Amino acid sequence: MYQYDDHDRRIIIERAQQFRGQVARRLSGEITEEEFKPLRLQNGLYMQLHAYMLRVAIPYGLLSSTQVRRLADIARKYDRGYAHLTTRQNIQYNWPKLGDVPSILDDLADVEMHAVQTSGNCVRNITSDPFAGIAPDELEDPRPYCEIMRQWSTFHPEFANLPRKFKIAVTGTPGEDRAAVRFHDIGIRIVENAAKERGFEVLVGGGMGRTPHIGAVIREFLPKRHLLSYMESILRVYNLHGRRDNKFKARIKILVVALGVEEFRRRVEEDWEATKTPELELPDAEVARVTKFFAPPAYEKLPASADQLTALSLGRDRELGNWIKNNVVGHKVPGYSAVVISVKMPGVPPGDVSDTQLDAIAGVADRYSFGHVVVTHTQNLVLPDVKTSDLAKLHAELVELDLGKANVGKLTDVITCPGLDYCDLANARSIPLSLEIAERFDRIDYLNDVGDVSIKISGCINACGHHHVGNIGILGIDKRGEEFYQLMLGGSPGNDASIGKILGAALPQDAIVDAVEKVLDRYLVVRESADERFLDTVRRVGFEPFRQAVYGDALFGAAAEKGAE
Amino acid sequence: MQIIRKREITEDDFVHVPDGAPLPEGGKPIVTLARYTAERDALLARYSALGVRVPPDKLPSDIPDLARLALVALEFPKFTEGRPYSIARQLRDRHGFEGELRAVGWVLRDQLRYMERCGFDAFELKPGKPLESALEAFGELQLTYQAAADDPRPIYRRR
Ligand code: SF4
Repeated sequence: MYQYDDHDRRIIIERAQQFRGQVARRLSGEITEEEFKPLRLQNGLYMQLHAYMLRVAIPYGLLSSTQVRRLADIARKYDRGYAHLTTRQNIQYNWPKLGDVPSILDDLADVEMHAVQTSGNCVRNITSDPFAGIAPDELEDPRPYCEIMRQWSTFHPEFANLPRKFKIAVTGTPGEDRAAVRFHDIGIRIVENAAKERGFEVLVGGGMGRTPHIGAVIREFLPKRHLLSYMESILRVYNLHGRRDNKFKARIKILVVALGVEEFRRRVEEDWEATKTPELELPDAEVARVTKFFAPPAYEKLPASADQLTALSLGRDRELGNWIKNNVVGHKVPGYSAVVISVKMPGVPPGDVSDTQLDAIAGVADRYSFGHVVVTHTQNLVLPDVKTSDLAKLHAELVELDLGKANVGKLTDVITCPGLDYCDLANARSIPLSLEIAERFDRIDYLNDVGDVSIKISGCINACGHHHVGNIGILGIDKRGEEFYQLMLGGSPGNDASIGKILGAALPQDAIVDAVEKVLDRYLVVRESADERFLDTVRRVGFEPFRQAVYGDALFGAAAEKGAE
Repeated sequence: MQIIRKREITEDDFVHVPDGAPLPEGGKPIVTLARYTAERDALLARYSALGVRVPPDKLPSDIPDLARLALVALEFPKFTEGRPYSIARQLRDRHGFEGELRAVGWVLRDQLRYMERCGFDAFELKPGKPLESALEAFGELQLTYQAAADDPRPIYRRR
């Protein structure tokens, strides 16, 4: 993985010092809370319902075991013994004290980590495919470009006060988008043109929030050397012309729609022609320098995994077999597999990991996966390079640690935002719903029967839980002071991107999980075969069967009446 | 009034002239872009050093005869205002403006370093904010990654 050089290291140390000064000036009253706010936000420090929250950047989700151990230490020393994995491959602490934050930043800087630009109206942490570098279907590893852009965006003086936050995602697998690039302010796909040259397809204006949009292609093929100059021109057009009068209309997607893609593209190209200096061009040597850090680890020469995987998944140990089927992912190197560690289990809010679990994960990463761990945007963790012959042993260890759930990509692998339990913008709680789902459907046969389905829950229309792209999306709304939930079907974040639509009237808290169950039971009846995924069935049969299932027998009931629009 | 110019505290030799107020006999006035647009020839003829104050919704192309101005003051109605950073870069990089580029309005110490990197060289801090300690901001975050108005070379041409 990327190793800081002296320059990188000093920048992060200087930043920690600078923030110490800013906190001191806030505490002395030299700056007001209002003036302090953008400063702390650009250091990842939010004010939540009960306390500050500190969000730590994990560039493209990649961590070393040393860093994981440090994150565990911080959870122990400054928080309540746990940390929370976010939907943007970051990690956050929910209970730090303001006065401790400079020391946390020092501790992070020590292991080449920081909280820079994890919130605020600036370019945020750049995300990518959790299987970058190991996916068999990958064209090229996107992480070197993520790292190059991380450096470019860090303290960019021109783009630190954008109209609104700005999120970039990169995928190196044109055939399978695991980074949801179509739902980012800028999405980048590494592609190959007719002449077999590699370059970038650039999408702009995707996003979730109150007005979800699928990003539009503004450049089909950008030669690699122009990556940064082109990013600058997009950001400049947005910085100058994005709306600043209404924060709900300030994202770039609104500007792209208001101007039209053609006009937006014209302005970007006009700026770009005038500002793409030779200095800004990315030299091959720099790409090579950064790429070296992502060189494959010292893999052994091993026979292919297929036979072993089949044997394990059909073996007598059914728990292991299910885990192999659901949590183990193919690897481009023969004899290796990637393992998704599910942290979703009954009784634990999705994404929460304890300090002892983090320490243990660092340990298994060292023993089984060259000391690397990846955070996924589905709030799980990946061990990217596990020998297939070690899988049974690893599984046994994970079960001991209470990290052996075989539910990746399944019903109980729920994504949620923090919701009303933590967030002061929330209309409704989201964590209790996910806990209820985790508990109610904690039956492996049912999970396997229902198959691949994603449930995503947001506590308000800001959509931090990505409900728009859940196969099943749940959105908390406020109805005369009561928590209600809208149920949406049909969303998908990937290559077949789509935005979910509302099924019917909002439902009260005690009816929403029942409704999910009714939808799934109906799916089991109407699907063509066990091979037809939930999403495909919804696309084929439409909403009517599901509407009947949920509302049919309750149309005259109190629940539907209360929740009617 | 004192301002920061080229990283030093100095007495301001320009005066802001609000719209409608009488113009000074001599000296160095800063007029609004609206007034400048309306009375440009007379103003340029009358003063050897003229400044223009530009609100954040205007672009460099809205400022005629840029090369004849001694100063452009870009307004920050709010400290979170971000457009003047891009306008400053355009003025310096695309339009080759070499006069004083001044940040005025709700200007705070923690923005100075970013502003300077975008091409600002003079700063009127928000009234009541200490100037002396604000100078320390220029010593923060000395190392940078990007090309900007202060250096056209990104880090990969300097490492
Ligand atoms: S979706 Fe709403 S409730 Fe949930 S974290 Fe985001 S802002 Fe808070």
